[in-house]
Amino acid sequence: MAKIIVVTSGKGGVGKTTTSASIAAGLALQGHATVVIDFDVGLRNLDLIMGCERRVVYDMVNVIQGDARLHQALIQDKRCDKLHILPTSQTRDKDALDKQGVGQILDELQQSFDYIICDSPAGIERGALMALYYADEAVIVTNPEVSSVRDSDRILGILHAKSRRAEQGLAPVKEHLLISRYNPARVAEGEMLSIEDIQELLGIPLLGMIPESESVLKASNAGTPVVFDRESRAGQAYADTVRRLLGHDCPLRFLEVEKKSLLKRVFGG
Amino acid sequence: MDFFRRDPPKTSAAMAKERLQLILTHEHQGNMGSEPDYLPALRQELLEVISKHAGIDLNEVSVSLERKPDKEVLEVNVVLPRHDAH
Ligand SMILES: Nc1ncnc2c1ncn2[C@@H]1O[C@H](COP(=O)(O)OP(=O)(O)OP(=O)(O)O)[C@@H](O)[C@H]1O
Ligand SMILES: [Mg+2]
Repeated sequence: MAKIIVVTSGKGGVGKTTTSASIAAGLALQGHATVVIDFDVGLRNLDLIMGCERRVVYDMVNVIQGDARLHQALIQDKRCDKLHILPTSQTRDKDALDKQGVGQILDELQQSFDYIICDSPAGIERGALMALYYADEAVIVTNPEVSSVRDSDRILGILHAKSRRAEQGLAPVKEHLLISRYNPARVAEGEMLSIEDIQELLGIPLLGMIPESESVLKASNAGTPVVFDRESRAGQAYADTVRRLLGHDCPLRFLEVEKKSLLKRVFGG
Repeated sequence: MDFFRRDPPKTSAAMAKERLQLILTHEHQGNMGSEPDYLPALRQELLEVISKHAGIDLNEVSVSLERKPDKEVLEVNVVLPRHDAH
């Protein structure tokens, strides 16, 4: 049985899609058959971040509506054959996804994959509910910033009340905190909430910390999940995050304040 | 720079944390976002049942759901008028 992991946050723009792409690619690089699903109906983005936007023929809504078979909609990654992408539709119909349709797709994917990563849209409406409903585990992406922390707390409340596991009285969804766009220098200056602060406020176990990094923008420009960039701090931090998700012990890195080397300052890092 | 400040002002991160602590506690009490759909109706019906059987008008019944790590506790608080108040 595949593990279903939702990447969610409540607040928009905190790094869910960046995280979904890199966690999925990271799991696949470790040899696990992985599919990443874009649940952001109307605003298709994951395909761009994964660099497969020109290969999209069918999408999840076509499959639910019976216009395409699941294998026709799945896109195999060019860099890693264990990795697949299921794109979303650009329809403006908010009701394009329903629990039953999504459930059927997940059932079918369970048979050929080890991990199913669900990239949630922002908000706490239908789209976000669809993405989290069937989850076994949840990665809560949080920025060190007041509104992001509050929204993470709300989405945790929804996981507790509205997920399938909650509704059916099963073991609760396993929650992981992923702090992203972290800036150790600003934390040291007392200008930004620290990892400890956020963990204390949200009360869920820490899965990882992704530093604010220019390499994320470069990676999205190129359509390559940043985890493939082994030079960058963000890429390495995502690789560590994936190891922890797989149950390995892996100390937090990149907590120290980064000093830009002269070379980097001159030539741009 | 710090010579004159014996008691440095709160950092902005500390301010953020304090504000979040307050608002999250508050939202957990009201259970915003995770309040089950049946709570308002339950609140209303409890109010009716208690006032019917106690034969009095109630000022208030508060029904809230508190989230604990391993369970949820339904708390019903009934405010009765004083018995000896003729
Ligand atoms: N660690 C990081 N360092 C720097 N920039 C980042 C980092 N993580 C994400 N970003 C940037 O933040 C922006 C939003 O990221 P992303 O699209 O992943 O967020 P999202 O939560 O999926 O947004 P939405 O809610 O709109 O779906 C992007 O421009 C991305 O490049
Ligand atoms: Mg997104």
